[in-house]
Amino acid sequence: MTIDRLLEGLKQRDPRAIGRAITLVENGDESAQAILSSLDEDLISQAIILGITGPPGAGKSTLTNGIISELRQSRKRIGIIAIDPSSPISGGAILGDRIRMMQHATDRDVVMRSMATRGRLGGLCATAGAAVRIMSSCGCSTIIIETVGVGQSEMDIIRLADITLLVLAPGLGDDIQAMKAGLLEVADILVVNKADCKGADILAMDLETVSRQEGATNQARVSMTVATENKGITELLERIAEVDSEHRDSGEREKRRRGAHDQEVLDWCLEILRPRLLAEITKRDLPLLGDPRLKAKEILEEQ
Amino acid sequence: METTHKYRVLIGKPGLDGHDRGAKFIARALRDAGFEVVYTGIRRSPEEIAAAAIQEDVDAVGLSSLSGAHIRLFPAVVEALRKAGAQDIPVLGGGVIPEEDIVTLKAAGIVEIFTPGTPIDKIISAYREACEKKSSV
Amino acid sequence: MAKHPKLAEWEKNELAKSLSRFPERKEKFTNHGGEEILRLAAPENIDDAYLENLAFPGQYPYTRGVQPTMYRGRLWTMRQYAGFSSAAESNKRYRFLLEQGTTGLSVAFDLPTQIGYDSDDPMSVGEVGKVGVAIDSLADMETLFDQIPLDKVSTSMTINSPAAILLAMYVAVGEKQGVAPENIKGTIQNDVLKEYVARGTYIFPPKPSLRLITNIFQWCSQKTPAFNTISISGYHIREAGSTAVQEVAFTLANGCTYVQTALDAGLELDVFARRLAFFFNASSDLLEEVAKFRAARRLWARLMTERFGAKNPASLMLRFHTQTAGNTLTAQQIDNNIVRVTIQALAAVLGGTQSLHTNSKDEAHSLPTEASVRTALRTQQILAHESGVADTIDPLAGSYYIEALTDRIEREALALIDKIEESGGVVKCIEEGFIQRQIENAAYQYQLEIERGERIIVGMNRFQIQEDKKPPLLRVDPEVEKTQVAKLAEVKNNRNNEKVAALLTRLETAAQGSGNLMPIIYDSVKEYATLGEICNVMRKVFGEYKDRG
Repeated sequence: MTIDRLLEGLKQRDPRAIGRAITLVENGDESAQAILSSLDEDLISQAIILGITGPPGAGKSTLTNGIISELRQSRKRIGIIAIDPSSPISGGAILGDRIRMMQHATDRDVVMRSMATRGRLGGLCATAGAAVRIMSSCGCSTIIIETVGVGQSEMDIIRLADITLLVLAPGLGDDIQAMKAGLLEVADILVVNKADCKGADILAMDLETVSRQEGATNQARVSMTVATENKGITELLERIAEVDSEHRDSGEREKRRRGAHDQEVLDWCLEILRPRLLAEITKRDLPLLGDPRLKAKEILEEQ
Repeated sequence: METTHKYRVLIGKPGLDGHDRGAKFIARALRDAGFEVVYTGIRRSPEEIAAAAIQEDVDAVGLSSLSGAHIRLFPAVVEALRKAGAQDIPVLGGGVIPEEDIVTLKAAGIVEIFTPGTPIDKIISAYREACEKKSSV
Repeated sequence: MAKHPKLAEWEKNELAKSLSRFPERKEKFTNHGGEEILRLAAPENIDDAYLENLAFPGQYPYTRGVQPTMYRGRLWTMRQYAGFSSAAESNKRYRFLLEQGTTGLSVAFDLPTQIGYDSDDPMSVGEVGKVGVAIDSLADMETLFDQIPLDKVSTSMTINSPAAILLAMYVAVGEKQGVAPENIKGTIQNDVLKEYVARGTYIFPPKPSLRLITNIFQWCSQKTPAFNTISISGYHIREAGSTAVQEVAFTLANGCTYVQTALDAGLELDVFARRLAFFFNASSDLLEEVAKFRAARRLWARLMTERFGAKNPASLMLRFHTQTAGNTLTAQQIDNNIVRVTIQALAAVLGGTQSLHTNSKDEAHSLPTEASVRTALRTQQILAHESGVADTIDPLAGSYYIEALTDRIEREALALIDKIEESGGVVKCIEEGFIQRQIENAAYQYQLEIERGERIIVGMNRFQIQEDKKPPLLRVDPEVEKTQVAKLAEVKNNRNNEKVAALLTRLETAAQGSGNLMPIIYDSVKEYATLGEICNVMRKVFGEYKDRG
């Protein structure tokens, strides 16, 4: 596909062009520049970016699937970015989040993309951020970024999102883990999924208590859902809308977008610098003796 | 800027066959060979598989079927890709497939067919080759 | 030396009782030379450990078999799984098999039937009649059993999610032949839990699926008391790549879930537990497989006693069907598969199976031809009549190795069952993918070992030859889909459509409630409501389960 045809395809919201564009940006292709500068900044600034995270087994993908179905009833166009970890050994990845969302596969207004973490230096902000921009520029008014596990990639996603959902389920024993990792503090909405299971009420109460303690910085709200039965999704979306309008009124949304923007710029700096620096280091054939930190400073000052 | 190209493939099971041992093995083996593998799960229609392959912008599609329905379903995926303007994405297939069907399937545009007992290294190289060929166009 | 009093006691009680009711196959079992073959070998010193862990055949915990005389009384049922194409074609194959000396039928349905779609459903394209016979309505079932008297044969049906419908059709065919429901014999697989983890022919989510299963238990206990209402299957779990221990653990854990669900629905334990049957895989590791069957039998008896308080011996006995392992068959040098199947079948017999299917050598290529099915059946007949293993009971008992392995498998399987229990039970572990992941990991490891050549598969990764001769294949006529669709249209034309519509509405209302759905399903199939119509009503009410990967 030539770059002109690609840009034309993006304007037409052609699935092939959207998929291609994300790949080219993700791979750091030289056409990335042209793609990213062709996007519709108005649409990008209007979209809502939802981050969905939580431990494995909590039902994130099923919940995402439920949110898609609900939003599709009001004919909204949606983008989904599902992130799975790359294997640190082979660099490969299995991207399995689509499995639970395949019912929307042939719906042209559900734009989905799976992404591997690829062990990036700057985290995921750069590439996932670019995918968000491409999707929203192609008319997706809600973008969901879903990520598995508890780790660095979660924190990156939370930086990108306007609103973050932390999904937990009773009996996983991961709630403590989530608290330790600080996810509770940054999540805007705590979702207790599998609310029909034993222990859901207790988990919800615990979360209410904890979030009240942390309340000084963040008024987290607890929502209950049974994603497998599409229960509680409507209410959850109402809460999301509430939080969004609060954030818009209070300037929180603006603040977060600013933070995300700066983080993305920083990530791109690192993405761009890394190969250059690596080349420079190799070129210099530095002696084994001597302090690495000092050498790094020298190289940077000369750049 | 450094290019960090990774081959992306989609492994799908068209039709009603639920035996996913082979498909899952291939998916994992490809991951361990450095591929990014989108897995669709069982019971997918050819249209769903093609749509997913396009959204994910994969370099190749791998299909598995053990029920004997390959003769209808594999070409249907090729056709669905073509209809969506993605005839450049190569389709590979595997399963319990008699030799004479392999000829028919290849004529219908499936680039490679693997039958039980094909060594995994051979399968991985075939995927790599298909991906390389596609991205060099 | 004098007979140990415990052995004498067993001979006087269990054995004598059994012999008086069912005499042995022969007056005298002898070797070449005329010496009598020992019915049962037991240790000279019968201690408490022996009585607790092994005991005598037909005695708790049934390690040595569920009947006192085992195959000396009656050979296992030689039951060959078959079915393909149309009902008429399959009917021909069944009659061929019965002529060749099989003693029970085993019906394979095509995937649309197994997943509740009629042959004209868009989802059925390319699959009609492929892996089994296509059944859309009672009309097909009538053709399938044409001239096969249902009071004479026992029929096993590999059907799960829509088991209620196929069972209803079977009973209805029986009634048309003049066979009363209480004389209908056979088994439906009806084991949905393993579909979610290993086989994939699920339709509804777990909760309504378990309800349907319980409905069947209840209906059958009154209407078809001689019919096995479920065949709790480890076979497919093993085929998906599990280890022997996982096969036992996941199967028995599923079994416990069915028992608990039925108890929760208010059913009487000793009424339904006696009709639970099991289905295992016989793989090539001969000694491990023998130990596996023995361990499974003992563990089930203990679980039923200790966890559910079952008292009736019939509720404690793990009776099982075995099929040789399809995944061990190679596409290369297919004659070697006959040898593999022989070893696997031997394991099943030494492990005390109640019925057996032997795979055919060409199944890594396609459905088996008539000739290769015959060889597979002959393999069983040779084991039964020539090998002598059927003439003495549990011959490997007391081998240090076999007993140690039996103990280990039981111990490890129990630990895994407990772990599932602690993690919230089978349904939760399925929904979270815990069981699937375990199987997947085991399968991956095993396959890697083969790929690296650490595990030798003769003819496949070692001792290969150049082969150019293609084996003769059985091909399903591609026209069968068209014929089947036409037949379905004819059925819909000739039935009383008003009646059918009314029945389906009644079914919908009933499904929304909590009553037993079997009576209304039975009424519906008799009016030729189709499998797809009935399933679609239930899909509407129950929803559909989706693959979680």
